[in-house]
Amino acid sequence: MARTVTPGPRRRPTTASPRMIDAPPRLPMRGTGLSEAEFQKTVATVEWVPALEYGWDTGEAIGRFLAGLRAGKIYGVRCRRCGRTVTPPRAFCELDFKPMDEWVELPPTGTVNTFSVCYVTWDMKPLRKPQVPAVIEIDGTTPRVGFLHLLGGLRGTSVEAVHRQVQIGMPVRAVWKPARERSGAITDILYFEPVRGKGRKA
Amino acid sequence: MSDHVAIVGIGSTPLRTLSPDQSYREMVFAAAARAYADAGVTHRDIDSFISVAEDLHEGTSITDEYTPDQLGAVLRPVQTVAGDGLQGVATAFMLIRSGIADLVAVEAHCKSSNILRHEAVLEMAFDPLYERPLQVYPHYVAGLEMRRFLHETGTTEEAVAQVVVKNRRNALGNQAAAFGAMLAADDVLASDPLCEPLRALEISAYADGAVVLVLGSAEAARRAPRPVWLRGVGWISGSPWLGTRPWGAASYAAAAAEKAYAMAGVTDPANEIRFAEIDDTYAYKELQHMEAARLAPRGGAGRMTLAGETGRGGALPVNPSGGSLGMGYCFDATALYRTAEAVRQIRGEAGRQQVRGATLGLVLSWRGVPTQTGGALVLAAA
Amino acid sequence: MRATEAPLLGKPRRRVAVVGAGMSLFVRRALETGKELSYYAASQALETAGVKRREIEAVVMVTAPDAFDGVHMKGEWLLDGAGGAGKPYMRTYVGGGSGVFGLISGWTLVASGLFDLVLVIGEEKMSSCQPHPQGAFLTIFDHTIERPLGPNLLWIFALEQHRYMATYGIRNEDIALVSVKNKRNALDHPAAQVAANLTVNDVLASEVVAWPVHRLMVSPVSDGAAALVLASETVARRLTDKPVWIQGVGWSLDTSYWGNRDLAYPRYVEAAARMAYAMAGVTEPRKQIHIAEPYDPFAYKELHHLEGLLLADKGQAPEDLAQGRFERTGPLPVCPSGGLMGVGNPIAAAGVMKVCELFWQLRGEAGRRQVPGKPERGVAQAWGDLMQIGTVAVLGIH
Repeated sequence: MARTVTPGPRRRPTTASPRMIDAPPRLPMRGTGLSEAEFQKTVATVEWVPALEYGWDTGEAIGRFLAGLRAGKIYGVRCRRCGRTVTPPRAFCELDFKPMDEWVELPPTGTVNTFSVCYVTWDMKPLRKPQVPAVIEIDGTTPRVGFLHLLGGLRGTSVEAVHRQVQIGMPVRAVWKPARERSGAITDILYFEPVRGKGRKA
Repeated sequence: MSDHVAIVGIGSTPLRTLSPDQSYREMVFAAAARAYADAGVTHRDIDSFISVAEDLHEGTSITDEYTPDQLGAVLRPVQTVAGDGLQGVATAFMLIRSGIADLVAVEAHCKSSNILRHEAVLEMAFDPLYERPLQVYPHYVAGLEMRRFLHETGTTEEAVAQVVVKNRRNALGNQAAAFGAMLAADDVLASDPLCEPLRALEISAYADGAVVLVLGSAEAARRAPRPVWLRGVGWISGSPWLGTRPWGAASYAAAAAEKAYAMAGVTDPANEIRFAEIDDTYAYKELQHMEAARLAPRGGAGRMTLAGETGRGGALPVNPSGGSLGMGYCFDATALYRTAEAVRQIRGEAGRQQVRGATLGLVLSWRGVPTQTGGALVLAAA
Repeated sequence: MRATEAPLLGKPRRRVAVVGAGMSLFVRRALETGKELSYYAASQALETAGVKRREIEAVVMVTAPDAFDGVHMKGEWLLDGAGGAGKPYMRTYVGGGSGVFGLISGWTLVASGLFDLVLVIGEEKMSSCQPHPQGAFLTIFDHTIERPLGPNLLWIFALEQHRYMATYGIRNEDIALVSVKNKRNALDHPAAQVAANLTVNDVLASEVVAWPVHRLMVSPVSDGAAALVLASETVARRLTDKPVWIQGVGWSLDTSYWGNRDLAYPRYVEAAARMAYAMAGVTEPRKQIHIAEPYDPFAYKELHHLEGLLLADKGQAPEDLAQGRFERTGPLPVCPSGGLMGVGNPIAAAGVMKVCELFWQLRGEAGRRQVPGKPERGVAQAWGDLMQIGTVAVLGIH
C-alpha cells in the first residue's frame, strides 16, 4: 500500500556536509532521492513485465556466417575494391558502399586484441568464476578486424592467475561444440583458448 | 545562398509482409544505393545522415548504434530521430537551411515481421501508471476516436469503408505496395469489428521495407537530375494523455499542416493542393486528416470520398499510392514511403498511379496510437 | 578518411546562444517521474532565461533507451513534462552522446531560421528498470552474433580500457586519479550524487568489477534531468547581457562493427571535434580552449576523450593529469563540475549538465566551482553507443 511522500529537501547521500553553495543552479533544485528501503516499501509502484518477442531475420551475410559455424568453419568476406578481409561477414563494404561477395574461409585461430576479467553479472551480482570476454582478431583478416567472444580453458579465478595465462597479442584457437550440438549460432564456438608455446604478436 | 531545399533522390525496397532473405542492414543498403544513384551522388557526397527509428520496433536498445554502415556513413555526422519520418525530413531540411550541409540523407526501415507480438510493443507506448494497467487492446484508442469523429461530423461508416476500397484499388497499380485488392464497401463493412466501430479491414496491415530520401540545398538541386522542392515543413505534438485531447478533430494535423502551408505560402489548400498522401493508418483517419488539413470542409471528406472526388481521376486525388491501407503500414518509415510516392507523382514518374497535373502535393503523417504527433510537407514541382 | 582530415560541413548562417540553464538534483532513485524531473529542470532553465513556456517555439528532448522507463516511444510520453505539448517537439537520439547532441539539435532548430527560442531537455530515470538498469543495456549488443554470448555493459568498456592501457603503457593508478579529481570537484556541486574525498588507493581498493575497471571507476546509476534555453542572436541580446554563444558543433558516428576498430583511440571524437573546431575557428585547441567537460562515465573515458578532443597527445592524458594539468585550478580545468563520476550519470541529462556547467563557468557564475582566469571558451563532449559516437560543442562568450 502506498504512502504519500511529500517532496522535501534532499538528504545528501555523500560524505559532504550539507551547506549553502553559492553556485548555480541557484534556485531550489527539485528531485527527491529515495533510499532503497523507501523505494521498495513506501512509494507506490506499478509493475510491468514486458512480453516482447522478436525473431530477427539474419539476412544473407550473417545467415551464411552462422551456417558456417554450424559446419565448424569461420567465414569472412573480402572487398574487391579496398581489399579488406573482414569478419563477421557483411553483404556490402561499409566504406566503399559496394556489394562484398568474395567469401573466404578463415582459420579457427586468431590473436587477442584485448580482454577483461569480469567478476559481475549484468545486474551487478558477484561471479565466483570470472568470465573472460575478449576481442579476437581472426587470422587471415585485415589487421584490427575481430569480434567479441570469450576466452576459456583457463585455470584459477584471480586477475593475476588469468594474466599469467592470457596476454594481449597472444594466439588463440576456437574450441567448438561437438558437431551434433551446434545450432548455427555464435555459441557454436564454446570459447577461444590460448595456443600454448606460441609467441605473441603485436 | 538560397533558403530553398529540394528532395533530390529517393530509393526504397518494395513493401512486403515478410522479408526473410534480407537483414535490415541489407535492406537499408539496397534502398540507400538506389536513393544515391537516383540523386546522381555517392555516399561520400552526403554531408550528414539521419535515421528514423525506435528501440522497441527494432528489439534493440540504443538502436542508433546500428545505423551508419548501411548508409555508407561510417565516421560521419549521423543522428537518429526517435520520431516520425517527417521529423527526420524536417531535421534534414533544417541542417541544410542552417548552412552547414548541402546534401542530407534520411533513412527509415521496418522489420515488422520480426516482431512476434505487435500489441505487446504498442501497449508499452501507453502511460505505465494511468493507462496501461487497463490492459485494453491498443487499437481501442482508434475506436474511441473514430466513434467521436463520426458523431461530430455525421460521416457514415460507408464513407469510411469507401476509403479502404479506393486505397487498396489504387495499390494495385503500385509495385511497391503489398496489399493491392479489388474490394467492395460491403466486404469492408462485413469484416470483424475489432474495436467497434473500427473494423478489421479498416486497419492498415504491417509490412517490411526500407526507404531513403536525399535532400539537397538549391545549389545541390541544380546538379540533381530531378529535384522536387520542399516548400513547407511542419510538425507538432498534442497532448500525450488520452483523457485530454480533442477526439473528433485531428488538431495536431491541423497545426502541422498550417505551419507547412504558411511556409509554402498556401492559403487555400482545397484549391491549391493538387494531390495528397495522407495518413490512413486507420481508414477514418484519412477523412479526419483531410478535414484537419483544410482539403475538405468539416464533415465533407466522407461525401467527397463517396462521390469519387478523392479517386485518382477525381478533383483532389488522395493517396493515389494506395496509402497505408494499400501499401502497408511500416511504423515511422510510413511517412518517408509516402513522401517518396509524392516525389514520384510530381516528377511524373508514378506510372499507372499518375495523377494529372500533380504540381503541388501535401504529405501528412501521424505517429499512430496513442500519440497526437504529426507532420506535414508541401512539395512542389517548381 | 575524409572526416578526420578536413571539416565536412559549411559555415552556419545564424548565431545561436545559450541563455538559460537548469537541472534537477541527480539521485540514485527519484520519487519524481521522468516527466516531473523534466518539468523541474525546464522550469529552472526558463526562469533563469527570463522566458515563459508559451514563448518557447519548439522543444527538443533527449533521453536514452526506452527500456529504462519501460515506455515505447518514450519521447512522446515525456512530452508534457518537457513543455512540448502543442508545440513542434522532437526527440533526437545518439545513445550516451545524446546529452550534448540535444544542444546540437536545438542549435539546428535555431540556426535553420525556423525558430528563435528553443528549449532543450535531457531526462533519464534509470531506477524504473528492475532489477537493475543494466538490463536495458543487455539489448544494445548485436542480436545475432553478440547477445547469445551473454555480454554485459561493463565488458566493452573494460575491453577498451585494457587496450588503451596496453597500447600506451598506462597504469591503473593514473586512471584512478580521474575518479579522485572528479568526485572531489563534485563536492562543490549542489546537485551531486556521489561527491567524495577519496585517494587513488581508495579507488584501487574498491572491488574489481571487470578488470581493469574497479567499482569506483564507474559512474553511478542516476535519475535526473537538465535543461537549456537557446535563442537566436537578436532574441539572445534582448534577453541577456551575457549570452554564451554556440561557436561550433560536431558529431560523428563510427562503424557498428566495434570489433573491427582500433579501441585505443576514439577517432570518432576527433572527427566530431575537428568539425566543431572548424566551425568555431579553433585552430589550436590547447591554447584556445580554456575549460573542458569531456564525457566521463568511466574514469578512463575522460582521458581517452581528451586525446580525441586534441587537448592531449595520444597516450599522454594520464601523465598530464598526474602533473595537475586538468585540476580545476590547473592550466586546462577538466570536468570542474565533477563530471559523471561525481555529479552522477542520468545519461542524456548528464550530457546536458556538462553544457550547463560551461554556461555557468563562462558567465563567471559557477561560485565555488568557478575556474580562475575568466575562461572565454569551453568544450563539452559526450559519447556513447557501442563506443562509437562523439558529440562535441564549443561554447564561448564572443
